Amino acid sequence: MSERVDVRKTYKLYVGGAFPRSESGRTYEVTSSRGAFLANAALASRKDARDAVRAARSAQPGWASATAYNRGQVLYRVAELLEGRRAQFVADVTAGEGLSAARAEAAVSAAIDRWVWYAGWADKVAQVAGNANPVAGPYFNLSSPEPTGVVGIVAPQRSSLLGLVSVLAPVIVTGNTAVVISSQQRPLPAITLGEVLATSDVPGGVVNVLTGKTAEVAPILASHMDVNALDLAGAAESDGVTWGELEALAADTVKRVRRPEADTEPTWRTDQSIGQILAFTETKTVWHPKGM
Amino acid sequence: MTAQTTSTVRPWVRDAAQVATDAAGLVGSAQISNTTLRRYLFGLPGVDEVGAKGRAAQLGTRSIKTTSKAWALDTIISMIDLTTLEGADTAGKVRSLVAKARTPEPGDATCPRPAAVCVYNDMVATAVEAAKGSGIHVAAVSTAFPSGRASLAVRLADTTDAVAAGADEIDMVIDRGAFLQGDYLKVYEDIVAVREVCQSRSARPAHLKVILETGELVTFDNVRRASWLSMLAGADFIKTSTGKVQPAATLPVTVVMLEAVRDFLAATGVQVGVKPAGGIRTSKDAIKFLVAVNEVAGVRWLDPDFFRFGASTLLNDVLLQRQKLASGVYSGPDYVTID
Amino acid sequence: MSAFEYAPAPESRAVVDIASSYGLFINGEFTEGSAGSLKTINPATEEALAEVAVADESDVDRAVAAARRAQEKVWGPMPGSERAKYLYRIARLLAERSREFAVLETLDNGKPIRESRDVDVPLASAYFFYYAGWADKLDHAGFGANPQPHGVVGQVIPWNFPLLMLSWKIAPALATGNTVVLKPAETTPLTALLFAELVQQAGLPAGVVNIVTGAGATGAAVVGHRDVDKVAFTGSTAVGKGIAKQIAGTRKHATLELGGKAANIVFADAPIDQAVEGIVNGIFFNQGQVCCAGSRVLVEESMHDELIDRLKARLGTLRLGDPMDKNTDIGAINSARQLQRISDLSDAGEAEGAVRWSADCAIPENGFWFPPTVFTQVSAAHRIAREEIFGPVLSVLTFRTPAEAIAKANNTPYGLSAGVWTEKGSRILWMADRLRAGVVWANTFNKFDPTSPFGGYKESGYGREGGRQGLGPYLVEGSTR
Repeated sequence: MSERVDVRKTYKLYVGGAFPRSESGRTYEVTSSRGAFLANAALASRKDARDAVRAARSAQPGWASATAYNRGQVLYRVAELLEGRRAQFVADVTAGEGLSAARAEAAVSAAIDRWVWYAGWADKVAQVAGNANPVAGPYFNLSSPEPTGVVGIVAPQRSSLLGLVSVLAPVIVTGNTAVVISSQQRPLPAITLGEVLATSDVPGGVVNVLTGKTAEVAPILASHMDVNALDLAGAAESDGVTWGELEALAADTVKRVRRPEADTEPTWRTDQSIGQILAFTETKTVWHPKGM
Repeated sequence: MTAQTTSTVRPWVRDAAQVATDAAGLVGSAQISNTTLRRYLFGLPGVDEVGAKGRAAQLGTRSIKTTSKAWALDTIISMIDLTTLEGADTAGKVRSLVAKARTPEPGDATCPRPAAVCVYNDMVATAVEAAKGSGIHVAAVSTAFPSGRASLAVRLADTTDAVAAGADEIDMVIDRGAFLQGDYLKVYEDIVAVREVCQSRSARPAHLKVILETGELVTFDNVRRASWLSMLAGADFIKTSTGKVQPAATLPVTVVMLEAVRDFLAATGVQVGVKPAGGIRTSKDAIKFLVAVNEVAGVRWLDPDFFRFGASTLLNDVLLQRQKLASGVYSGPDYVTID
Repeated sequence: MSAFEYAPAPESRAVVDIASSYGLFINGEFTEGSAGSLKTINPATEEALAEVAVADESDVDRAVAAARRAQEKVWGPMPGSERAKYLYRIARLLAERSREFAVLETLDNGKPIRESRDVDVPLASAYFFYYAGWADKLDHAGFGANPQPHGVVGQVIPWNFPLLMLSWKIAPALATGNTVVLKPAETTPLTALLFAELVQQAGLPAGVVNIVTGAGATGAAVVGHRDVDKVAFTGSTAVGKGIAKQIAGTRKHATLELGGKAANIVFADAPIDQAVEGIVNGIFFNQGQVCCAGSRVLVEESMHDELIDRLKARLGTLRLGDPMDKNTDIGAINSARQLQRISDLSDAGEAEGAVRWSADCAIPENGFWFPPTVFTQVSAAHRIAREEIFGPVLSVLTFRTPAEAIAKANNTPYGLSAGVWTEKGSRILWMADRLRAGVVWANTFNKFDPTSPFGGYKESGYGREGGRQGLGPYLVEGSTR
């Protein structure tokens, strides 16, 4: 009896709820931290980025108009599904990041817990960050945070799953949609996460994942006029492009930019905060007279 | 709506048939019923209270100085319905009131006279006699003023009395109870009936002022609907209040009524007058009303035929201001007469 | 019966002393500038009001150094309860000297005295009063315990609400423990300089507030100074983009309040008289030189003709002329340059096929004036429907359904404000949810309050000013960008 041959997975992009190959037809080799071949990942092109933004834009109003309760359940469901596929993620993270099994387990657990944490914020963020304003006149006046719109995310380069979840979940929890540029060297967990999202209740287009060269794709998102905001977490350590260059491109359309907090990436172990959510919201204030 | 420059109709020249025709034209049916009236009145645009008050407040910030102030003070005097409506009114009191109206500023012939004196029904004959030849109108508060809570027969008899005694103007009250319970037809028919009495003196019909008692209607939406309902039924004037209920003539409520007469003119070509009454005591306040007339309804309402102040103490304050303007020094209450 | 013409009712300008020249206010003192001076004029008469020093990089450097010293040595370490008292003092002083500030604002800016007296100055005082109270309550502001200031803030403000924008900038910055270097607009520096005197009266420690005057280069020097931790800018979107680019890749934080092209949406069931007032207030307040001006009226098609008739009748009662006259509704345009822009865009509107109507009012001989103007038959493709005119020019478009109204309202790179007029409550909330704008005025317009956050979506900028949210950008823990 010969050993059974594994059925390998083809890693593609995740755009608009589907898994297309790059329209360029290009791929690049992804290796383990030890240099072993893992897979060929799609090398996203300018047009793939355009398609992803389009998918994100068309999904955004619907996702934002889902009830907060519903969005919270959807995010929680992601955690459930992730838990069910934890072994695969541990394997991916172990291979890609070169972590010990225990550390990879911890990273995956933290990533799952992070979905749970942010899921719970869906129907609370407006209560904590919004408020009634006692204006000096007969007016009802209420401020509440609303999603910014389409957010481009340059995912952390090192922490391919936990880092990604740490920046993605707070973006989508309020009703934004995202175009993620995965870690360039460690893209596989991002695509696997896409598979989880595709089988979860997250509507197609809410999260779009591009794999490829950050320096090629990030400037496209940074300058794309239909992208409202950027999270540049992964631009601190990206090859060939700096976060400052991306921020300068973003200035042309007054994008909201979340800069990397330092020149090296954090471990993401404790990086969860309401501030991370609010960075991609807009305060909307509504006035109405009070009269008979 | 923009007041059209085509010739405007003075409302009191219309006969009952014409009033009915104008009403039918607006309501869209010759059949005036609660249903058609309700449909029409509830089709009027709403009034946002805060916005209406804001507009009034802004009008109140106009600064009327020097020549404009002099013009305004004289105009205000000419628009006053000098009023006494007390249980203690006597013939002597009424004669004194008329004398004051005849000679508001002894020794100054340039001082205009108030448009009218306004008295209770039983004082009409006294007032008419006293005012003879002065051009000062006599207005009577009829229809079981101020509550109006009497049968239609009694209210019509009341009105007939006043008209017979020579009243030039009848100030009637609407049935606020009927209005608030949605019986618009009753309010309409009451006005039509009272108007018929006014018009019965065909050589010199009495002008009909319809008092909405806005302090009891409370909301500006009600005020707007009651204004239109009264105009549909043939009011020559719409008047805010009896003066017996608070709040009475506020600037915002008057603004809402000025909007109504402006829009009624645009819709029908008929120019109805407005009379705020009750609570306007100072020149400063009265000038604000004049500004509102000017900017909301338009200059054609700056005319005693179309705008009146129902007031008792306003006249003396205006006279004090008038003296101050002429002499440059502040006057005092001993320098104006008490009627 | 004679018409009721209002005789002139001019506010006295004797209440304010204007010096012939002004220096820079650095470290608690007025000092010379290094780059010459510029002349500020009264836009209603074109008379010169004063010479004002121009700060260059070395002056800005002095100002930033003073601010840094004050922040580290005095203002930062000072208990919030003590900072609060200084801010309360400023609020009170502004109220006490309100007539002086109002007159000076009107002379320098051209806005009607009615507005500077009733809106700009009282609100400026109110912003200081409001933020004063926060200074010792920052632990409760929702940014964690003991939130920290950035340090030195560079602030650049526009000419449309000179004193009010100063208060929006300085009050929250100081309340949170920052010190400031503020540059007023080159055409309207005088109330900021009078404010500097008031800062002296308040006994504010030297260097906490520094005012440097000048034009764009001075502003760029403030924004670009290496020791400025945070930038707050209100002005045009073009300049705002430049600032965002200038600070890209640095650790400077920024708040940008930029342009707008607000839709003021009128449904057929609107409270029509109030809607007309709201439209008038929306686009003719401050001669339309307002970033959140309701410059696009979107009216339900079935109501279009009636609304236009009513609007024109109402505009006929607006009084254009001497801004110092208490009865003036429409004052002067702030500068020849701005007037040119308004004229150019209006001409473009006409050339592109929109129908132009202007209120019939006499235009004074001197000064910069533009009559209240309404364009009808405007289509979304016209420049006057897309570009911020920043003048008393209204573009009227129509819609058929609420969904179409939303689509048209949001069809702009801007997102500062929006208006909705309808008596139907559920529709208001439906609309408010979908309007992509930082402020939605429903059945009202152009209302401002210190407790109410203000700021835009999209290219109208980011960050909020006013309210609890207005503290965040001045605190490390509350700064998301």
